[in-house]
Amino acid sequence: MERIYLDNNATTIVDPAVRDAMEPFFCHMYGNPNSLHSFGIEVRPYLHQAMEQLYTGINAADDDDIVINSCATEGNNTVILGFYFNLLKDTRKKHIITTQLEHPCIRESCRYLETHGVKVTYLAPDRDGMITAEAVRGAITDQTALVSVMWANNETGLILPIKEIAEVCRERGVYLHTDAVQAIGKIKVDVQEVPVDFLTFSAHKFHGPKGVGGLYIRNGVSLPPLLHGGEQMGGRRAGTVDVPGMVAMGKAMELANQHLAFEQTEVRRLRDKLEDALLKIDDVLVVGRRELRTPNTVYVSIRGVEGEALIWDLNQNGIAASTGSACASESLEASPILTAIGADKELAHTGVRLSLSRFTTEQEIDFTIYTISKAVMRLRQLSTSY
Amino acid sequence: MGKSDLIGGELWEQYSNKVADRMNNPRHFGVLTEDDAKQLGGRLVIADEGAESCGDTVRLFWIVDPETDIIKKATFKSFGCGTAIAATDMMAEMCIGKTVDEAAKITNLDVEHALRDEEDQAAVPPQKMHCSVMAYEVIKRATSIYRGVDIATLAEADIVCECARVTLQTVEDAIRINDLKTVEEITDYTKAGAFCKSCIQPGGHEKREHYLVDILARVRAEIERERNPDQVQSDFTKLSVVKQIKAIEAALDEHIRPALARDGGGIELEDITPGEDGTVLVHLAYQGSCKGCAGSLAGTLTFVERTLRQEVSDKIRGVVV
Repeated sequence: MERIYLDNNATTIVDPAVRDAMEPFFCHMYGNPNSLHSFGIEVRPYLHQAMEQLYTGINAADDDDIVINSCATEGNNTVILGFYFNLLKDTRKKHIITTQLEHPCIRESCRYLETHGVKVTYLAPDRDGMITAEAVRGAITDQTALVSVMWANNETGLILPIKEIAEVCRERGVYLHTDAVQAIGKIKVDVQEVPVDFLTFSAHKFHGPKGVGGLYIRNGVSLPPLLHGGEQMGGRRAGTVDVPGMVAMGKAMELANQHLAFEQTEVRRLRDKLEDALLKIDDVLVVGRRELRTPNTVYVSIRGVEGEALIWDLNQNGIAASTGSACASESLEASPILTAIGADKELAHTGVRLSLSRFTTEQEIDFTIYTISKAVMRLRQLSTSY
Repeated sequence: MGKSDLIGGELWEQYSNKVADRMNNPRHFGVLTEDDAKQLGGRLVIADEGAESCGDTVRLFWIVDPETDIIKKATFKSFGCGTAIAATDMMAEMCIGKTVDEAAKITNLDVEHALRDEEDQAAVPPQKMHCSVMAYEVIKRATSIYRGVDIATLAEADIVCECARVTLQTVEDAIRINDLKTVEEITDYTKAGAFCKSCIQPGGHEKREHYLVDILARVRAEIERERNPDQVQSDFTKLSVVKQIKAIEAALDEHIRPALARDGGGIELEDITPGEDGTVLVHLAYQGSCKGCAGSLAGTLTFVERTLRQEVSDKIRGVVV
């Protein structure tokens, strides 16, 4: 069975060009870049090249830092925990603002800091699924040290007004971190146009390999390392650099930026085609206005069709998608986004996310449209409520 | 934790073939009507259970022969995940040919067992066990409708863990008989809490009436009281001073000194004198780092006094020397 991958917000296929770029660093140029000898020396130009690609990719200034690490979870923990040791612990600034939409690595590190006396505000999305700059402004007090708001949401694809939020933070003298994992490769991310202090990303979300990521730190902003014990990354992150991963991430970033226009036109066209077809089914709700979303994502709620059951049927037909339905999780957290936008409670377990990539084809979308309508028909026949 | 727990994420690959097959091709889904009932010469029963906002609902249809109480036909509709659909389908099948009373005895454990491929291999992963509970509850609902009785009259003894159908009595007995001290031990002995984990403590997948942490604390307290009859509260004031000293020293040794020692402190009993209204004044002197610590006057004294009152006698009042 031909399989179709529509779960690109979870992870992506590695672009073959990225794989080719990293290949030489396994068996040929395998030196440790910190070594003095030729094995180390020959690797370093490629790391400089990767840095160029990454700096260009997010338009970072030469005096800013992009620390190469293992993933966005590491980057996010470095920022949140680093802030505790740097500022929150010893000053009267004991307040962090974040949102209920964040990835668990932000939420849980904030929860952890709460056990150490830090106050955390978790902003709820409004009825459009958004966090507004005004909501952030309203939550800032003279004790606020840090705001952490994601650039784009993983579930709905909604792009948050991070530029306006950055302006509010600047104005109030509060540091701003953004988790840009779902933004890079889908929309333009420019740290000079949007003055964030910290920004985190993971290569595997934009057709790079898993296990490598980056943490952008604006020039002049101090942040202690999470991993101590080495001179790598200027002492900001100890541990031998993942050379193949870093080279691959540089290449993936370059390709991602080259394809931004393609994302906006072709990926968006296919996503819209899929979305239009879904909306033709009765009693279907799509979260968020499409022009406010990343071009690859659609989050759909289909009345009478439980999320996991639909994912099951799609998987039987070789289609990979994902659900926010919490049936199998140990805590009963129905999708917070469906609750936030005021959808009725009956829809809480119906959310399904389809996320495309630049590798998604028209035939795949056509087959998906056909398969979803078939699955919805079957599951609604079974369903008590339809 | 261990080798098999570190990767995680497994869910569907733990379904039995029977579960997958019944999810893909349920045999008994559909609606039964009064016309169907008339044709079969039986009575139509329709029972609903669950709520979509909680993630699954099921509607069970029976046609029952009023002479024999035998269920001639059973179908269902379901909003839920694959496990819920497969379990409901199997449950409907198991009802057919049984009398209503026999059907009412079917539990979610029977349904899960019937869905196994291998006798000793669970049909669904632990976190999916609760998805079959609905299939059990809806039979109870249908039975109560058929009999015209309140569903409460069919309720079993207090069930603590719905997934494994473990009663409150079973949990309490297991704690007492085996002297269990942790929730993990309760789970090992009874299977309660091994599946969706909702019954371990508040905040799980669904709200429960009883939680294992609370039952454990209550039964442990009962056991401790029974074990130390010397410390039966009302008798304390009647004990000789020597026995009072022994009881207090024992409580200090067991419950208080270890806690203080962790912070490098200690405590000594200096004297016991009668107080007002039948109270007993226990004079205590702090040792080590507790001595001169501001916290020891307030926080630690509260802790010591509370512990002594709980363990020895509620007549005790602490006095720092």
